[in-house]
Amino acid sequence: MKSLAELQAIRDKARANVALRKENPNAARVLVGMATCGIAAGARPVLNAFVEEIAKRGLSDDIVVTQTGCIGICQYEPVVEIEVPGEEKVTYVKMSPERVAKVVNDHLVNKNVVTEFTIGAYTE
Amino acid sequence: MYRSNVLVCGGTGCTSSNSLKIVDRLKEQIKENGLENEVNVITTGCFGLCALGPIMVVYPEGSFYSMVKEEDIPEIVEEHLLKGRIVTRLLYQETVENDKIKSLNKTAFYAKQKRVALRNCGVIDPEKIDDYIAQDGYAALGKVLTEMTPEQVIQTILDSGLRGRGGAGFPTGLKWKFAAANDADQKYVCCNADEGDPGAFMDRSVLEGDPHSVIEAMAIAGYAIGATKGRVYVRAEYPIAVKRLQIAIDQAREYGLLGKDIFGSGFDFDLELRLGAGAFVCGEETALMTSIEGKRGEPRPRPPFPAVKGLYQKPTILNNVETYANIAQIILNGPEWFASMGTEKSKGTKVFALGGKINHTGLVEIPMGTTLREIVFEIGGGIPNGRKFKAAQTGGPSGGCIPEEHLDIPIDYDNLLAIGSMMGSGGLIVMDDTTCMVDIAKFFLEFTVDESCGKCTPCRIGTKRLLEMLEKITTGMGSLEMIDEMEELCYFIKANSLCGLGQTAPNPVLSTLRYFRDEYIAHVVDKKCPAGVCKDLLEYNIVKDSCYGCGMCAKKCPVAAISVTDYTAPGKKKPAYEIDHGKCIKCGACMETCKFKAITKS
Repeated sequence: MKSLAELQAIRDKARANVALRKENPNAARVLVGMATCGIAAGARPVLNAFVEEIAKRGLSDDIVVTQTGCIGICQYEPVVEIEVPGEEKVTYVKMSPERVAKVVNDHLVNKNVVTEFTIGAYTE
Repeated sequence: MYRSNVLVCGGTGCTSSNSLKIVDRLKEQIKENGLENEVNVITTGCFGLCALGPIMVVYPEGSFYSMVKEEDIPEIVEEHLLKGRIVTRLLYQETVENDKIKSLNKTAFYAKQKRVALRNCGVIDPEKIDDYIAQDGYAALGKVLTEMTPEQVIQTILDSGLRGRGGAGFPTGLKWKFAAANDADQKYVCCNADEGDPGAFMDRSVLEGDPHSVIEAMAIAGYAIGATKGRVYVRAEYPIAVKRLQIAIDQAREYGLLGKDIFGSGFDFDLELRLGAGAFVCGEETALMTSIEGKRGEPRPRPPFPAVKGLYQKPTILNNVETYANIAQIILNGPEWFASMGTEKSKGTKVFALGGKINHTGLVEIPMGTTLREIVFEIGGGIPNGRKFKAAQTGGPSGGCIPEEHLDIPIDYDNLLAIGSMMGSGGLIVMDDTTCMVDIAKFFLEFTVDESCGKCTPCRIGTKRLLEMLEKITTGMGSLEMIDEMEELCYFIKANSLCGLGQTAPNPVLSTLRYFRDEYIAHVVDKKCPAGVCKDLLEYNIVKDSCYGCGMCAKKCPVAAISVTDYTAPGKKKPAYEIDHGKCIKCGACMETCKFKAITKS
């Protein structure tokens, strides 16, 4: 180890994995429906895409990606709910790995809900 | 990138209840379900709640599974890890409230704790240096080497008010200052990991759960006093700690965090392990260094103190594992942060190993100034089987007992000394009303008699005589004069012994005499043991009018001391039994067997 920068580089790389092990009550939560219906509709690639995207952007300290069960709208799976503290819960439906980057960028980073993917866009 | 981390405790406690088999099974099941790229299994150090081991925590949910069995693993993997349905039935039930899961940090056991020395235990994989670095590991060493002078480092430690966690509570900064002031061609930094008190396992847990924190702190100490070599003296009975420490040293060398020119600062430092054979006296500083030198572990008179002439006659500092575990945090967060915790003269936190008659056996770290009542009844979950608290023993064979009347004293170095005990390294053994205090004093004396190295007479012969007197008292051959003689001998041993072992060996006797003299008197005057422990003072009797004559006790008696009489109690069909006191060995088997509670002990 010849410099602090070298240590910092190792730290940044290792951080995302360890960040998962902390309880942060102020973290935003991404809940991916992983009941049988969700898994059948392809929820796992969606879940993994969220994890990758959030780690890539170095947001692992502030956003928790976790699983949840069936919320009853199986026809709209994969369903993803996003809870940002102090804001109303947003439900995204028919998610795909391709849509994940946009949701992370627009909703979680820039605080603009991606209306066209939400349940409202499909049921009205 | 993993979406979930499963942490399984790999401390000694959980390992002995097969947590490593659980790790294997988990990995196998995870693979079977095709989750190996999504779920990471990590073997960590101690979580503290050893009574509920094996322990497994799943993140990001923070679900705390306790007493996990191998056969539960498929269900946890399929339900929780695959489908996201937490198996509530298998969780630590205190984290489940009205079907809702509450954070572990809000449970009684963890809520009042403040983890500084144990901050990484149960969080990181102790065998991965990257995990430690992710938690700001080695940043303190980097800061010290690139931004601070050795004098500033010492001043920071002095300002923090950190005192030695090995027991005596000497200010750590002062120790470093003395060693720094002595010029020499070679100086040494040593770590005392020879944890010998019965019932104490704080240092073991730090070494098993966060070995790099000790390595980093020793390098910082080396820079502060001008030493380039370090030695960790750890007992061979701690195989997991030894293994992980060696892995950590190797990894630190590989990253260049030990070795030559660390962080390009020109500072060299390297460490070696020395294994101790488990002699209690080797926890004493001069004996420890003598043992590192390869000689028989015996203490020598001080002065000269180690700061002047220590290991190989060179200036040396010797600190305890837990002391080192605090150093990096003090450097990173500042001395004011550390000094803001604790009491006026005892800053920071202290780790205690809770044991004995307590529900939550395990490891706790509390801010100094927490009361014993909070530790025993809130964090520790109280006394099992609804029994009554009698005393708590701190400081192991060098400490003393704290009776109920002192339960509300804020725990710190000076308060414990004032009530006749001591902080010690942190063993805390809780005793209930079935414990005989004379017997406890005898237990600790047996230990010190065994462990006395024999070099000085007051300790070698004094402790032996003391034990003989205690044996007489517990067998009904004591007298009131003997109690006085014993007390006098205690003070003599304390005043004249060469090292800390002898100087503190009489403490268990003195403190039990101070708070439980009536029990000693009951033993010598009434020839009774009030707690019903000392066998020679006990007598088992069958209450003939309660005896149904079933004969179960006679069948159970290993020495055939129970026989039938010709007396049949009114209302009973068979004749009663009686015990022949000449033959009785007082094992108590008859009393346990009797369904009618017809056998008494007094």
